[in-house]
Amino acid sequence: MNRLIVSPSPHDENYTKTSTIMLNVIIALLPALAAGCYYFGLRVLLVTAVCVISCVVFEFLCRKMMKRENTIGDLSAVVTGVILAMNLPVTLPLWIAVIGSFVAIVIVKQLFGGIGQNFANPAITARIVLMVSFPSAMTNWVAPFWYKTADAVSCATPLGLSGTTNEYRVLDLFLGNCGGCLGETCALALLIGGLYLAARKIISLAAPLSFIGVLFLLSLFYYDSFDYALYEILAGGVFLGAFFMATDYATTPISRKGKIVFGIGCGIITFVIRQFGSYPEGVSFSILIMNVLTPYIEQLTRTKVLGAKEAEKNEG
Amino acid sequence: MKKLNGLKLNHRKNTENSATVDLPVPKHVKIPMSMHMGAPCQPLVKVGDTVCVGQKIGEAEAAFSVPVHSGVSGKVTAVTDYQTAVGSVCKAVEIDCDGEQTISDEVKPPVITDKESFLKAVRESGACGHGGAGFPTYIKLNPKTPVDTIIINAAECEPYITADYREMIESPEDVINGIKYIKDILGIKNAKLAIENNKPLAIKNFTEMAANDDTIDIVTLPSSYPQGAEKVIIYNSTGRIVKEGELPSDTGVIVINVSTLAFLYRYVKTGMPLTEKRLTVDGNAVGEPKNVRAIIGTSFREILEFCKTDIDAVKKLIGGGPMMGMSIPDLDMPVVKTSNAVLAIKTYDERKTSNCIRCGRCVNVCPLGLMPAEIDRAYKIKDIESLKALKVMLCMNCGSCTYVCPANRKLAETNQLAKALIPRK
Repeated sequence: MNRLIVSPSPHDENYTKTSTIMLNVIIALLPALAAGCYYFGLRVLLVTAVCVISCVVFEFLCRKMMKRENTIGDLSAVVTGVILAMNLPVTLPLWIAVIGSFVAIVIVKQLFGGIGQNFANPAITARIVLMVSFPSAMTNWVAPFWYKTADAVSCATPLGLSGTTNEYRVLDLFLGNCGGCLGETCALALLIGGLYLAARKIISLAAPLSFIGVLFLLSLFYYDSFDYALYEILAGGVFLGAFFMATDYATTPISRKGKIVFGIGCGIITFVIRQFGSYPEGVSFSILIMNVLTPYIEQLTRTKVLGAKEAEKNEG
Repeated sequence: MKKLNGLKLNHRKNTENSATVDLPVPKHVKIPMSMHMGAPCQPLVKVGDTVCVGQKIGEAEAAFSVPVHSGVSGKVTAVTDYQTAVGSVCKAVEIDCDGEQTISDEVKPPVITDKESFLKAVRESGACGHGGAGFPTYIKLNPKTPVDTIIINAAECEPYITADYREMIESPEDVINGIKYIKDILGIKNAKLAIENNKPLAIKNFTEMAANDDTIDIVTLPSSYPQGAEKVIIYNSTGRIVKEGELPSDTGVIVINVSTLAFLYRYVKTGMPLTEKRLTVDGNAVGEPKNVRAIIGTSFREILEFCKTDIDAVKKLIGGGPMMGMSIPDLDMPVVKTSNAVLAIKTYDERKTSNCIRCGRCVNVCPLGLMPAEIDRAYKIKDIESLKALKVMLCMNCGSCTYVCPANRKLAETNQLAKALIPRK
């Protein structure tokens, strides 16, 4: 007699797995990584490799020690590693990168229950921890193509220069020909990656567009100059943050309305920190703050259910 | 009008051009006394009795039920306890067939003069919804509030199934005359025949047939799952919203499956009750997928053998479509009134369930706008207030959320479990 499998419906499934999604994110990060290599040399690959390997190893060890099922196969640790690397300066000592991976994977992700359970973006939090702990190493910027010259030329980031006469041209910012973290400078490459993810329906453009849009509009009103507004959105980590970190599933709202609120919040906070704060860059903080607000945004932006009646008021 | 979410599925309507084949009369049938929602029937026959085709063999006193009829002539060999696919226990009448198919003299066209006698006849026909859920038809056709529109559900949005499509292609007259008849007898002003756009031939035929009748509207719906779900098809063909806790008739609509309607029309003409069903037989273990007309009580094994199925390789048997059909635990279980397809599957890979990554795919596909990921979370901590606020009670278990989940979480199942946590008033 056949022993038939009995299970609840549906009996069909589509074959998009968590690892498929993560693989697509990795693919989307490749153009920016390639741009990083072009501008900052092959050490980009070394830093990235160290971050990825240490993230995966930390995830593996952590799950092992917690006696939980191994999850490195879902590739999310690889994604965290790549995004973390893209948030670091190319000159960063490798041991500091390893500390970053530890913060991202062990403290932010696994201690809260692993994939999907963390309330803050691992890479962003790690970047902030490193920035506070190793401020000089984390701001040791070099000029593009430094590897071709005899001595490394230190250089300021576009935001460090903002407001002075010595600014980059907007086109250079768009192409990434400026100082900054190894994966954040080339807005074009990040845009390509972001659009790829949107085309594959892996991310929604609601958060990135409202993030960049609000920052652009606020800058436009503040400076009253179109060029300055463009400068603001192309400089620093806006594109990396908007397309790859403000779209992180676990730490941003699910509903479309929630995503828009999240993006607007990021835009406003980034603008405020940049203009009035003591840090030149505010993208990381803005995303972290909005991560913390996400559960509340989520509660206020639930989807409307067809035919649902308003909940009856509880008496008393 | 806001567009509802839906899934694009691979239709796999492999049998759409296969004309219905009569399955040979089986040697033995087992007819359960409970085949759909409602009270089970009590057998009217005992071991040794001779029965004929169309003879009533089960009846319930409860209002929310319909009688059961024999589809074969022969001798009753046993009246046993039987566990249905949903797990409830009822009686089942087993009959050895004599192959004569002698028709009972109970079978004669019902005398119908008005709405009441029509509804009585509908109950006597043993009709319940042919689409899958199996709501007793005579109750559906007798709503408490006035109805101005009847929707004939011909969406057939589940993959594989072509049983309703074949009904429309093979008996278009029964469908169109049935629409006219039911409109007149129930005094309903408008009828809408709602068909998914993956059945262009049916749409063309019926548009021509209904061309000179402006009370019959042929509605073309996009192929999007679950287009045939009652609330979805009402919204998409009339723009009306069935509110929480209300029935379709509260918005002035009733929905009836196209095959049920065609059956009713034939019953009114001939008096032959519901004793056979058209089934789509498909799935990757089936050698020759086709549509068969099987007598209720025939075992699935017999149908699968008829369609050249590799019986030993079957790992999973599904009664109905792959999205909402029910797992059948045993190959020897019989065809029931709600059967419209049987899928025999030989590949089954159990994927592990992992953490929710909050990708929101479930939210983006739910036709009703529920948030299965949030319900899943609230269910885990048994947060009943949140479950109520998330409106889990409205879930119709279409399975879209489970289907798209990359972490393979059984969200639709969780919704049903969560419903059980909410105290009933």
